[in-house]
Amino acid sequence: MKQSKYKGWLYLLPAILFLGIFMVYPLIDVIVYSFEEGYNFVSQTSQGTGLYNYRYVLRDPYFVQALKNTFVIVIITVPVSTGLALLISLALSSIKPLRNLFQTVYFLPYVTNTLAVGLVFMVLFKKTEYSDGMINLLIKLFGGNSVDFIDGPHWAKMLVMCIYTVWIVLPFKILILTSALASVKEDYYRAARVDGTRPSRIFFRITLPMISPMIFYLIITGFIGAFKAYSDEVALFGTDLNSAGMNTMVGYIYDMLYGNSGGYPSFASAAALILFAVVFTITCINLMVSRNNVHY
Amino acid sequence: MNEDNKYYRIEQAARRRSNIRKAFLYIFLIICALAVLFPFYWMLLTSFKTQSTYNNEYVPKFYVTDPTIANYKEAFTAVPLAGYFLNTLIYTVVTTALMMIVIVPAAFAFARMRFPGRNLVFSLFLSMMMIPSELVIITNYVTITSWNMRNTFAGLILPSITSVFYIYLLKENFEQIPEELYKAAKVDGTSDFKYLLRVMVPVAKPTIVTITILKVIECWNAYVWPRLITDDRSRYLVSNGIQEIRQSGFGRDNIPAMMATVVVVSVPLIILFLVFRNKIMEGVSRGGTKG
Amino acid sequence: MKITLDHVTKRFPNRNKKIREDVIAVNNFTFEIPDGKLIGLLGPSGCGKSTTLNLISGLEMPTAGRIFFGDTDVTNLPAENRGVGLVFQNYALYPHLTVLDNITFPLGNLRGQEKLTKEQMRYKAMEVAKLVQISELMERRPSELSGGQQQRVAIARALVKMPSVLLLDEPLSNLDARLRLQTREELARIQRETGITTVFVTHDQEEAMSISDLIVVMKDGVIHQIGKPQEVYDKPCNLFVAQFLGTPPINVFEGQLRDGHVFVGEDAVLDIESKEKRYVYVGIRPEGFIPDENGPLVCSLSKIEVMGRDTSVVSTHPAFNGPAIRSIIPSEDVTGIGGETVRFRLKPAKVCIFDRGTQATVNFKVR
Repeated sequence: MKQSKYKGWLYLLPAILFLGIFMVYPLIDVIVYSFEEGYNFVSQTSQGTGLYNYRYVLRDPYFVQALKNTFVIVIITVPVSTGLALLISLALSSIKPLRNLFQTVYFLPYVTNTLAVGLVFMVLFKKTEYSDGMINLLIKLFGGNSVDFIDGPHWAKMLVMCIYTVWIVLPFKILILTSALASVKEDYYRAARVDGTRPSRIFFRITLPMISPMIFYLIITGFIGAFKAYSDEVALFGTDLNSAGMNTMVGYIYDMLYGNSGGYPSFASAAALILFAVVFTITCINLMVSRNNVHY
Repeated sequence: MNEDNKYYRIEQAARRRSNIRKAFLYIFLIICALAVLFPFYWMLLTSFKTQSTYNNEYVPKFYVTDPTIANYKEAFTAVPLAGYFLNTLIYTVVTTALMMIVIVPAAFAFARMRFPGRNLVFSLFLSMMMIPSELVIITNYVTITSWNMRNTFAGLILPSITSVFYIYLLKENFEQIPEELYKAAKVDGTSDFKYLLRVMVPVAKPTIVTITILKVIECWNAYVWPRLITDDRSRYLVSNGIQEIRQSGFGRDNIPAMMATVVVVSVPLIILFLVFRNKIMEGVSRGGTKG
Repeated sequence: MKITLDHVTKRFPNRNKKIREDVIAVNNFTFEIPDGKLIGLLGPSGCGKSTTLNLISGLEMPTAGRIFFGDTDVTNLPAENRGVGLVFQNYALYPHLTVLDNITFPLGNLRGQEKLTKEQMRYKAMEVAKLVQISELMERRPSELSGGQQQRVAIARALVKMPSVLLLDEPLSNLDARLRLQTREELARIQRETGITTVFVTHDQEEAMSISDLIVVMKDGVIHQIGKPQEVYDKPCNLFVAQFLGTPPINVFEGQLRDGHVFVGEDAVLDIESKEKRYVYVGIRPEGFIPDENGPLVCSLSKIEVMGRDTSVVSTHPAFNGPAIRSIIPSEDVTGIGGETVRFRLKPAKVCIFDRGTQATVNFKVR
């Protein structure tokens, strides 16, 4: 009997082993790294402990640039994608024929390889010696001036970046919101209709409050996701994000770890912890706001 | 009479309003659908154009006059796409299989077995769901490097084997299976392990399939970790391969060949999605986020 | 307001797509609901009673036929323009709004000249709240209320805009037995005090009988009988109506009309004027049995259940369609019953006769 009492641990052993090595230990280690000055990979030694790494990272113009870019992406894409997803879901839930087809189409970007489709976006927006690219021709058609969205001005790059990010994150949000809308009982709408409620009032007084928990969920996960933006950027602008001026915080961490600046795990750790602190703070604020606004 | 007339007008107006509304809804939905589909259409279209046709079209045409499959041949010959595919396949299959071996017993232990410290460990597991991968990836990179596992499958696979979230999902599902079955099996002298394989796993099959599909999608699109851990092109996965092609493949300007590669990379997942559409959408809405 | 349904039919496409034929939820209804009355739509589930309610409210449009409110044809008028109050089976109270906000919600829809100030809305809400006796709950949320309280809030919300017609869909089905009794009295009181034409749907015959001025008995989308509860109970127009109304249900025997007698099996239980010969069903209400040692109906006694004021005598008979005959007899008349058999005399007014083929009521006169 005594032997079987601990059998549960045996079943957990592989999971605990892997999580311990690749999750718990690294979590502690990364904090240690971030305070060790000039940690050397090869000799595994450091020159002392302190806040030097944090100071360095916060003064690094590349990091400041990455921080700015990340914030711009977050501030633009989260509201735009959530709003657009809400519009599309509302439209989807008020039609019947072809609904499944539309849902399938809207979900497609979710299952595509971000890097691969990013290449298509790049081709669509890029200006080459042969052609101005699809999008620029459209802009010209409406009387605008063509811009190189991939190697041109910063705002243009940021615009493509945001469009692509929205395109990528929409499917998930549409999926969540359509199921949230479907879970609002039909009787509420019927009651409102019998009372002659205007569509706008139905939306703001009934639909929106009823799905508000899901909207807040999407905003919170949207913030977290957008703060971790990285591979979408690589897809559009290549791996050398610093010189493109399009680096993000996560991109900065990886570049510090490996790649062009080559092997500074201490700086990477400090940057990662700063990122974590930012995300954590924003999530807490989000949760506080949602607690005050979601009523049941 | 007057009253009737008034109601008649209200009726007419209501009908007209609802028709106009419907029309606007469909137009809006169609425009959005086109925006979603356009990149897919464009990559297919371009992949069938020859390089010279493509380069000569200052205003790109929305159709192709002389379709060619030369780009697809080139995708498999000029760059080691087949190799990337094979690597990704091995990586996906091995990671998913190993993950199942690790998470199924763990979920079972949490769901059914009684042992000291179970609740404490489970809370610790749950709190691990909040750890962002960016934090732990740094040390993992150092660990794998110090184990001399760079550019090996082991290095690629090991850190991706466990997922706390999937253990949680599976545990919830296991718990819905009536405990009477477990007690009955115990009385009959069935061992825990046999019970797990013979009863739990078959009953929870829908969830296991969902988890498998989600993990396959995740593996197929993996980019960040493989990029850190591989710099040998013969070990690249498709995402890294695409990036490599973008920067240096096909002499940089052969857009049609790049598009053919993109099509080849995208097609497997799109087929998987169309076949398992409902399972995937259900699984994702239960808590998957991208990446 | 008087409501008239004129040859109203509603078809739905079949849910099972393989079956092309439409489902006819409401088949050619014609009836008139008089002004200021309480009407019960009664029938087993799936008989089309909720659809009828939705047609009156305007949430559904009829496939054929006309609907009139007073003299005005409202057939294609959308729900919002009809001025009806609707109470849903599960109340459909907005969970994120307080009771007060729920009740004033319909008033907030008024625009233009009819627009009310906050104070006016509040005043009106307090008025109806007083009527349905929930004045002290105004600041709570629906989740903090009991089922009965939610029900009252739902009624208040439907009443606050002074509807010309009040519609209730299974108003009592979500309440427990004790509350149900209390609430149905309450419902009748509110209807009397407001004088609003009220239509409610129920599958519970007792509920319909106890408070309605008029009941409409339906089955499979067809109206079987309309009338005052007592009339319908006493003179059902066919076997279905007779069986659907009354607890315990009517006892149905196989029988025959022959030579001026009503036969149950071989027992000639009543003498009638008509000499015609006919195969029939004989229905006897439980309270229609009088124990009589020389009575014509001979049954074998199974058991006697004393229920206080009344006694239920359970017996069997070869011509009876079912497990056991239940007769309800005032306890003081029970003396002398015992042994193997029990004999009854019948109250002619509690006997109904139905044709064996059409199941329609056969009228008869006692000799």
